[in-house]
Amino acid sequence: MSGFPLLTATAVLPALGAVATAAVPAARRAAAKWLALAVSLGTLVLAGLVVARFDPGGARYQLTESYAWIADFGVRFELGVDGIGTALIALTALLVPFVIAAGWHDADPVPGERPAGRWRPTQGFFALILMVEAMVVVSFAATDVFVFYLFFEAMLIPMYFLIGGFGDRAHAAGEAEGAKQRSYAAVKFLLYNLAGGLIMLAAVIGLYVVTADQLGTGTFSLQRITEARAAGELTMAAGTERLLFLGFFLAFAVKAPLWPLHTWLPNAMGESTAPVAVLITAVVDKVGTFAMLRFCLGLFPEASAWATPVVVVLALVSIIYGALLAVGQRDIKRLVAYASISHFGFIVLGIFAMTSQGQSGATLYMVFHGISTAVLMLVAGFLISRRGSRLIADYGGVQKVAPVLAGTFLVGGLATLSLPGLAPFVSEFLVLVGTFSRYPAAGVVATAGIVLAALYVLLLYQRTMTGPVDKPEIERMPDLRRRELAVVAPLIALLIALGVFPKPLTDIVNPAVEHTLSDVRQTDPQPELPAVEAAE
Amino acid sequence: MSATHGSVHSLWTVAAEAPSIEYAQLSPTLLVLGAAVIGILVEAFAPRRLRYGAQVLLAFLGLAGAFAAVVGLAVGGYATEKAAVAGVGAIAVDGPALFLQGIILLVAVVAVFTFAERRLEPTAHGTRVDSFAAQPAAVPGGEGERAAVRAGWTTTEIFPLLLFAVGGMLLFPAANDLLTLFIALEVFSLPLYLLCALARRRRLLSQEAAVKYFLLGAFSSAFLIFGIALLYGYAGTVSYAGIAQVVEGSVPSPSPALASAMASDALLLIGGALVVMGLLFKVGAVPFHMWTPDVYQGAPTPVTGFMAAATKVAAFGALLRLLYVVLPGLRWDWEPVLWGVAIASMLAGAVIAITQTDVKRLLAYSSIAHAGFILAGVVAVTPSGVSSVLFYLLAYSFVTLGAFAVVTLVRDAGGEATHLSKWAGLGRRSPLVAAVFAVFLLAFAGIPLTSGFAGKFAVFKAAAEGGAGALVVVGVIASAIAAFFYIRVIVLMFFSEPSPEGPTVAIPSAFTTAAISIGVAVTLVLGVAPQYFLELAGQAGVFVR
Repeated sequence: MSGFPLLTATAVLPALGAVATAAVPAARRAAAKWLALAVSLGTLVLAGLVVARFDPGGARYQLTESYAWIADFGVRFELGVDGIGTALIALTALLVPFVIAAGWHDADPVPGERPAGRWRPTQGFFALILMVEAMVVVSFAATDVFVFYLFFEAMLIPMYFLIGGFGDRAHAAGEAEGAKQRSYAAVKFLLYNLAGGLIMLAAVIGLYVVTADQLGTGTFSLQRITEARAAGELTMAAGTERLLFLGFFLAFAVKAPLWPLHTWLPNAMGESTAPVAVLITAVVDKVGTFAMLRFCLGLFPEASAWATPVVVVLALVSIIYGALLAVGQRDIKRLVAYASISHFGFIVLGIFAMTSQGQSGATLYMVFHGISTAVLMLVAGFLISRRGSRLIADYGGVQKVAPVLAGTFLVGGLATLSLPGLAPFVSEFLVLVGTFSRYPAAGVVATAGIVLAALYVLLLYQRTMTGPVDKPEIERMPDLRRRELAVVAPLIALLIALGVFPKPLTDIVNPAVEHTLSDVRQTDPQPELPAVEAAE
Repeated sequence: MSATHGSVHSLWTVAAEAPSIEYAQLSPTLLVLGAAVIGILVEAFAPRRLRYGAQVLLAFLGLAGAFAAVVGLAVGGYATEKAAVAGVGAIAVDGPALFLQGIILLVAVVAVFTFAERRLEPTAHGTRVDSFAAQPAAVPGGEGERAAVRAGWTTTEIFPLLLFAVGGMLLFPAANDLLTLFIALEVFSLPLYLLCALARRRRLLSQEAAVKYFLLGAFSSAFLIFGIALLYGYAGTVSYAGIAQVVEGSVPSPSPALASAMASDALLLIGGALVVMGLLFKVGAVPFHMWTPDVYQGAPTPVTGFMAAATKVAAFGALLRLLYVVLPGLRWDWEPVLWGVAIASMLAGAVIAITQTDVKRLLAYSSIAHAGFILAGVVAVTPSGVSSVLFYLLAYSFVTLGAFAVVTLVRDAGGEATHLSKWAGLGRRSPLVAAVFAVFLLAFAGIPLTSGFAGKFAVFKAAAEGGAGALVVVGVIASAIAAFFYIRVIVLMFFSEPSPEGPTVAIPSAFTTAAISIGVAVTLVLGVAPQYFLELAGQAGVFVR
């Protein structure tokens, strides 16, 4: 509680940066870009301080801050991070500078178009990205359910404008049709998430009523509720707890997204520019899976255990269904989107396996999936911007003309299919081990997802990068530029480094996972002893 | 019979002996009505060229003075420990009354700004004109009208009319007997009917709206007065406290006639239902909402904004007092009915709004849905229910005023361009205006960090605490439906290509700019830091008996 409010600063800096970026005059577009990049790097420094100041062996929630806010609703502005939150704040702050750098020219005015009046799309684009970052940071740090809800919902609005307002140049179906599909995708994104969020609102109000009933004053404080439950002051009837759990879970399952609530994701990722797609899948969606860990398991342990069988099945369906649809995609970005749905299935599976390996695997998965998808998607974006098409069939033989581009694309792809040696392998392995020890059958089914992942990644690579160069547009295709290489190279380095030596991250995450498991009163199942059987 | 005779008789004698009137406690209403009367004299005696300035100044000063009086009374403790009944038992001076009067006065001040705007319409032969008809009495399109326009006349009577309406609205939520309630209703309704008919453009549509509003309003007044008569027949008194006593059966020594009336609930039930119906009409709740879209669309937009905000505040105030003070004993009878009305309003308002193509009609249906949300707080029947409704009304009225003020800015050759197709691409042409309207739409939709969310949360929380969890679930579903059409307008403004012959955004004078800025500021402040206002509403949540 003492000293500098680091978490608030980490959120306030990008928010102020967003306002400043939006205020840059129309003619000074370059200045707005550099300002946004500088602010995002500053935020990265602050996030680095959060990681440095976080003591894995210390209290559960650290760097806590608490300010009076809306007393009538029982709300205090309470922030605090556990290891999971720390890791995800670090991921967010890490990715946003790359998103900004990768999207450097995405919001430039179309050549020849005279900008009208005060319309400043470039400034708006970068301001919206920073705004999303600020809201995501608060969501990861909030230890008050109401504060979390506010920012969880509010972040939809800048996201919505990012999806609807900025798309790829040269849409395959023509400019007008492209704009139409884009605004359809944006509205679909917003309505799905808003509907999920409003159902959660009913559950949030329900939680308030339950706490007000039993504790005298309604509260949304995670710590207060957990303590009260431990002390037996607060008991929820099974039916109430399950309803509230469902209200929360539905919102997070839309966000995550879990089959069958996933259909907005391929539209949103397909129509938005590659950096925005990265923002959606690597940053914003992580709030959904993070919230399952922190709020669903933390607030409703009994109901979480009750729902586990269904959630595990849904996660398995997501894994297989997402992978199968990814195999069948003709559009590069939609392919990555379906691959992400499959990966979110793994994350949810790891969370609800209720084992320490599963949950720390899921947390690592969130981080590593963020980085690996960022590499794959951003390189795909560079590729698409060169050819002006998202269709796989429009490519072929790229590795002969642009070997660096093809090489980075391959690394991103291999990370996506969890090649040993790259970071995602560690997390996927942990999730599978964790699942297997409790639900062997589910583990077996999930493993099939890996095979399918190899199929869709390698097919994508083969169709786009190998083969003869038989299209004139590809013959003239330039290789990665310096800016683009500067975006991708550090991320690839990180993938390799964390793949070989994930310990710094696991050290931060593991104690938090233990806490979460003790919330749900679960312990790891004892391994069955094959040695005894062998002796017989 | 002797009981009724007795009460009439005593009323008569009290009046004859010049009752003591608490002028200080009644000063807000008196100031506004006084300013209105002076406004009439200005119309009669001041030369035409001076009237506009004089009227605007007078209206502003009258309303600001009345607001200062309200604040003074509240600070002086009349909202809490000194709350009392004034004016020979006719008017309550208590927390809810003062809070709602404060909102109405603030809304009216902002409405004066939008009424006084003279830069949006093209000048008529050199004179700047407002959105009101040059000479309302002239036949639309006739010679008289052309002459009036040529002469550069304007209808400055709108300001005294506005003040009279405000005076009635101040009285409405404070009325403590049924006759005062009825008189207040008429005092604020009649000027509104007139104001609706005064549009400068599309005058036939405007007059049609006024006639519809008048006919249906007269109908609902008839319901109200009939209900009042029945309640009087039941209880032998029109005073709220007196009826409440009879309803609860706690009259110390009822006369035989009263005792026999108390034995039968038929008069009470029918009378109560009719009175509540009259109020629900003013609120615009389903199934008494039919007038809303036509009147909202036809009336001059500044009037629509004022009416949508202030009428709702006043009528919900009166409804709250009636249900909480007079009829709490009947709670089990009216609660299910209001549940039904609330659910019907939320769902019907949200669903029908989806198909609207005119921005004013869209906002009208959205106001119906919001009436349903507010009713969810009303049926909570707890102090937190009252304060949540008070807070919601504060939040809602400023969003509404601001939104309609933005509507006045978007214009084409035919005046305001209210058809939604004409709003396409507005975000490209005028990002600031579109962004401001988007803020208002998001507040209507109840997106967090706007006042709409804080209000919705307060109301739903109160409803859930009051055991109306099912109502909250319906409300949440209706919100999701409603979000769709608010979002659709945002899509239209920002993601559609502007058509070449699309509307332009007029540059307003400081008046409308101020009105819109106040709307945005209140929307954001109540969204981000609502605590102070929630506390204020919480303290104001107790009715005097």
